[in-house]
Parts: sequence; structure tokens; C-alpha cells
Amino acid sequence: MSSLLKWHKGGLKSPLSRAHGLGSAKSGLDHWIMQRVTAVGNLILGLWLLWSMIAHAGMNYTEAVLWISEPLNAVCMILFVISSFYHAVLGAQVIVEDYIHNEGFKLFKLLGQRLVFFAMGVACIFSVLQVAL
Amino acid sequence: MAEFTLPRNSKVEKGEYFPTTSENKRVFKVYRWSPDDEKNPQMDTFEVDMDSCGPMVLDALIKIKNEVDPSLTFRRSCREGICGSCAMNIDGVNTLACIKPIDEVKGDIKINPLPHMPVVKDLVPDLTHVYAQLASIEPWMKTQSTPPSRERLQSPEEQHLIDEASACILCFCCSTACPSYWWNGDRFLGPAILLMAYRWIADSRDEATGERLDQLEDPFRLYRCHTIMNCTRTCPKGLNPAKAIAEIKKLMVARSA
Repeated sequence: MSSLLKWHKGGLKSPLSRAHGLGSAKSGLDHWIMQRVTAVGNLILGLWLLWSMIAHAGMNYTEAVLWISEPLNAVCMILFVISSFYHAVLGAQVIVEDYIHNEGFKLFKLLGQRLVFFAMGVACIFSVLQVAL
Repeated sequence: MAEFTLPRNSKVEKGEYFPTTSENKRVFKVYRWSPDDEKNPQMDTFEVDMDSCGPMVLDALIKIKNEVDPSLTFRRSCREGICGSCAMNIDGVNTLACIKPIDEVKGDIKINPLPHMPVVKDLVPDLTHVYAQLASIEPWMKTQSTPPSRERLQSPEEQHLIDEASACILCFCCSTACPSYWWNGDRFLGPAILLMAYRWIADSRDEATGERLDQLEDPFRLYRCHTIMNCTRTCPKGLNPAKAIAEIKKLMVARSA
């Protein structure tokens, strides 16, 4: 496998063969766009959440449940969960691609963290729904 | 994993000391490594008499080579900041030795080769891969129209778009200052090559813009740039590779939206 990854050093590959590598993946734009879209989402929804927490500081349990049960609040909470976990998946992917150069470990990390973030996101959404409904 | 520590045989050791009797002196600490012996790299210390030395760091290096240690190895040619040969890391910043005044550095002047490149000898980095990356973006005009019987015309505004990118001297101070290039230089093209790629993308006479963008649309080739901006900060010619990369990313969005 590693000798097929043309960007690797070693062997008698020409410098240009290494530079061309396996060619362009013709992707990366969607990742870049969604990273920005979710960043804007996080900013707006994060400010909303911060404002809500400050404005409702000192709520007791019943009041907090009632607050989350408001449709607008529940929807915004779920949107915040989706936006932040989506952003986390994309960001963690960049970190792995930047720093992990062992191809096997990289694939394992990318697969694992996507599954974990997805599971955590679903669990958060379920929690909001359970309180709200 | 990314390399955060140096391998054992790359640890830099204390080197030799070459004193001067002059009162008016500056201390230069210069990275030395030779492929001809088994020794680790070392930092040699040279005291240089400033009464008989020119104002730039390159003047001091040439004086050391002429008068103290002829084995000191570095590239230099034009000594006026246009050839890009004497790019090195001076006082922690990549720049051209020929246009870096000694007076601008406080204390000892530490000189290292361009960071994170293989070293051929002393201050000479191996630029084979980055030159191959330059060739890979096909930095020449590509057209399909029948060639005109005269020059290919450009408006002053169209020329202005490529003024800055055309001024790049390919010294690679920017690429070797970029952490993304350090960790993924095998696949990331780096700011110098992306600036060159932009130079041809923005050229109004070139007819291969779409192909050029296709070739760059890649998580590593282009999108390893995380807008760290070291490239723009370090460029000894005052150019802005980070802006050129941002323009390429904007064009990627423009052609898909």
C-alpha cells in the first residue's frame, strides 16, 4: 500500500511523480463550505444559547423543562446540536489529516470519530426531544 | 504522527568558536552540517569585525567564508534580493540574507537553513520536491485559440491582477514558514506554489483556468491552507500569498455556486 501512495519518499520515483502523487481528489470544497456554514450557525445559535442561559439564570427544574418545551427553544437547541457536532466532525477530520500520517491509524481515527460524534449528536437530540415532548 | 522532535542524528550540538580581536564585533551563530562525516549538526560561533564588513547578513557570511572558514556553504547570487538564492532563517524569521540588515537583529545573529527541508550542506536546503511541485502546476501559458499574429494583449487592469504574483522570486521563505507545509509538504502545495498557480489562474490570456482549478481542488493540495498567514508575514518581497490562496478558494466557490 505505502509504495502505491506516490507522494511517499523512497524507491526510484521521479520528483515529479511524487509531486503529482495520486492526482487531485477533486473534492474539499464542500468540506470547506460546510465548515464555514456551521461556524456561522454555531456563532448565531451559541450567542442565543448564551443569552438564554444568562436571561434565565436561576430557573428551577420545572421552569427549565417548560423553557425547553417551547417549540422555538427546542428547535434552536436541536439546531445547535446538529451545527456544533457537524462542525466538530469536520474540524476533527482536519486535525487528523494534518497530524496523523500513518494511513491505517488515520482511517481508524476518521471512522471512529465520525461514529462517536454522530452517536453523541443523536443522543443529544433525543435528550432534547424527551424533555420537550 | 507529525514530527515534533528531531531524530537523534539531527539534534543540533554546540559547535566551534572563532573569535576576533576587534572591539566593534557582532556574533553570528551558524548552523553547520556536512554529509561527508557522521557528525550531528552543530551551531558554530563566528565573531565578525564590523569595521570591515558590509551591512547585510550575506556580507557577513561571505566575509566568514573568505576569511575564516572556506567550507561554510550557502547559496547566493545577485546580492540584491531578486534571485532568491540566499533564503535562510535569520533570527527566527525566513528571509533573504542579502537584504536583511545586520543592525535589525538584536544580540547574537542566529542563522539556520530554511526550516523543515532536507539539508544538502550547512545553509543549503534540498529544493527538489518544491521545484517538482512547481512543475506539477504547469506554470506556463496554456491556450487553445489560434495564436495571434502579434502579442497577446492585456488591459492594464488585467495585468494588475498578476502584478504581485509575478513578482514572486521563488525563494520559498513562505512555504518553509508554513506549519501546514511542514507537516504535509509531500501533498500540500504550499504558499509559494499556490501563489504561482494563482498567477496563471488570474492571467487573462490563459485558457486553462478550469483545468487549473480542477487540479487544485483537493483536501491536501489547496485546502491544507488554514490561513495561518506565516507566508505573508515572512515574505521578503512583501507579497501576500495568503490572499492569493484565499482568491483561489473564492474562485472554487464561485464556479460551484
